[in-house]
Amino acid sequence: MWINPRRLFDFRGTPTGPYDWSLTRIQLRGLTTAVAYATTFDNVTVIATESLSKRYPRVTALDRLSVDVGPGVTGLVGANGAGKSTLIKILLGLSPATEGRAEVLGLDVATQGGAIRERVGYMPEHDCLPPDVSATEFVVHMARMSGLPPAAARERTADTLRHVGLYEERYRPIGGYSTGMKQRVKLAQALVHDPQLVFLDEPTNGLDPVGRDEMLGLIRRIHTEFGISVLVTSHLLGELERTCDHVVVVDGGKLLRSSSTTDFTQTTTTLAIEVTDTDEHPDGTSAVREALHARGVETHDGSGLPGAGHILLLTAEGEETYDLVRDVVADLGLGLIRMEQRRHHIAEVFREEQTDGTDVQGVRKEAVGHGS
Amino acid sequence: MAVEQSLTPRGEQTRIHDIGYRHYDGPRLGRAYARRSLYSQSLRGSYGLGRSVKSKVLPMLLFVVMCVPALIMVAVAVATKAKALPVDYTRYAVIMQAVIGLYVASQGPQSVSRDLRFKTVPLYFSRPIETVDYVRAKYAALASALFVLTAAPLIVLYVGALLAKLDFADQTKGFGQGLVSVALLSLLFAGIGLVISSVTPRRGFGIAAVIAALTISYGAVSTVQAIAFEQSSSSAVPWLGLFSPITLIDGVQTAFLGATSAFPGGEGPSSGQGVVYLVVVLGLIAGSYGLLMRRYRKVGL
Repeated sequence: MWINPRRLFDFRGTPTGPYDWSLTRIQLRGLTTAVAYATTFDNVTVIATESLSKRYPRVTALDRLSVDVGPGVTGLVGANGAGKSTLIKILLGLSPATEGRAEVLGLDVATQGGAIRERVGYMPEHDCLPPDVSATEFVVHMARMSGLPPAAARERTADTLRHVGLYEERYRPIGGYSTGMKQRVKLAQALVHDPQLVFLDEPTNGLDPVGRDEMLGLIRRIHTEFGISVLVTSHLLGELERTCDHVVVVDGGKLLRSSSTTDFTQTTTTLAIEVTDTDEHPDGTSAVREALHARGVETHDGSGLPGAGHILLLTAEGEETYDLVRDVVADLGLGLIRMEQRRHHIAEVFREEQTDGTDVQGVRKEAVGHGS
Repeated sequence: MAVEQSLTPRGEQTRIHDIGYRHYDGPRLGRAYARRSLYSQSLRGSYGLGRSVKSKVLPMLLFVVMCVPALIMVAVAVATKAKALPVDYTRYAVIMQAVIGLYVASQGPQSVSRDLRFKTVPLYFSRPIETVDYVRAKYAALASALFVLTAAPLIVLYVGALLAKLDFADQTKGFGQGLVSVALLSLLFAGIGLVISSVTPRRGFGIAAVIAALTISYGAVSTVQAIAFEQSSSSAVPWLGLFSPITLIDGVQTAFLGATSAFPGGEGPSSGQGVVYLVVVLGLIAGSYGLLMRRYRKVGL
């Protein structure tokens, strides 16, 4: 039965301050089955495919793809047409694989599609919201379509919409929403039945940089706070490396690489900076580079990556490096367009691949061009 | 949220506690429940319930228009102490076919074209339901909505007939026959309306196509029937009735439900021909269902 944690909470006494919530949440998870939930899946494979292939009369969408995905946030990266959506379709049990097999949460996609879809959420890439109903009505309906009884559907809808950041506007017709708000509704309908795993197909599509960051933060929270595993697709590698624990790269239906993002984590951060040019310093970038060299800071220019001429990469040792860059740029009278942290290991992944002779040019360009 | 406030300490009533994400441990009622939910949502939607005020106007108006003549007939029958109702139960839907046609044309596309146009269909199929559940829920919902529309005036007539103290057994029999007839009509019209609407994501096209299918076929059939009757080849009249939905229903109820035919000269089908009518009607209903299944089989994500 559904035990309302608030009731349990009452028995355990009332909170004493606003900071109690994190503590109580842990207690509550202990009381409900949420901890079991989180731990059961710790060392379990969430998605497993074994030489999974999907061939259409003309194209091969998936070509003997074998990959294991554990709990956490997993990025599925590939150019358009790389087979990402086909894979999701098969994993939801909606489209039979030509050969090979796949399991989601330990359930066979070929025979237990219904059971999988009950435990999994799906956020499609395309627009899928009727404009003339409110977010609340729509999400309640979708919750009931997932098997939640009416009262629970309403309660979960209110909770979920609040978690994705929709408040008063949830009573207005969806037609009047911004793209960012629509994406949140789409996310809410995927989460409303409290799935164990969600498939998010290009959730950042069409969002501006701020909306993109918010969405990525939300995706991160789906795992860290909600305890739900995530498979998120994107054709932009850069945004996934910040969000994901694990990245799977597919190209032409084949597995190109599957690796943990933490494998490459470095203790030091790479800073990317970009400056303006002025009349005094027609090439601002080289002026900064020289000035930094003069102060003993090593820089490199991203070796042949697109935009390399304008972006300087350097290793930040600590707070001082940021101050140093600021001072150097200010002394030269240049404008600082950007200074951002960049974990460049995914670019390295591709550099390795390239030396292996694999052509990943297209993906790599996007990764760097849009990277954080 | 009342519950949240109840656990806030006194004096801090205004603060909303974010107690974080809560998991759902309650029952998941599965596929059959999801199908029922889709059915009730679609049925309510057919009368604009749970939708905007604007979308309530037309179905409600048509419902009223459908019932008003029945009310007038009842009022007249009661006031004049008539020996019989001015119109048979089975005849009522045939007389009001334009209203029924409009209703199918407006609500068929509303039910399925919207899901196609706004691409909501993939969301449904990402849930426990299958193609067959979607088709059945939608078909049953529109058929039920049509049954409500067509049976309501019959109920008005029946209640009125009892108030006017007409013969109970006679009226009940007629009422029962009328209900069977409109049930068949609802299934047939819902099937035709849904098959046509499910082809196009554009609601306008759907509406126009359904109206065209219903009125053109009826216009053509009744014209040709009239010509055949005038040319005194009245044996052809019943056979011609096979080619439009409303004349099909008319034929079935003339043969089996004791109705008087609306065909020219009252040349309704004989019992033998009636079997053909019934087979065609049932065939069309099954065919519509089959076509819908085929239509949605390929609609994945």
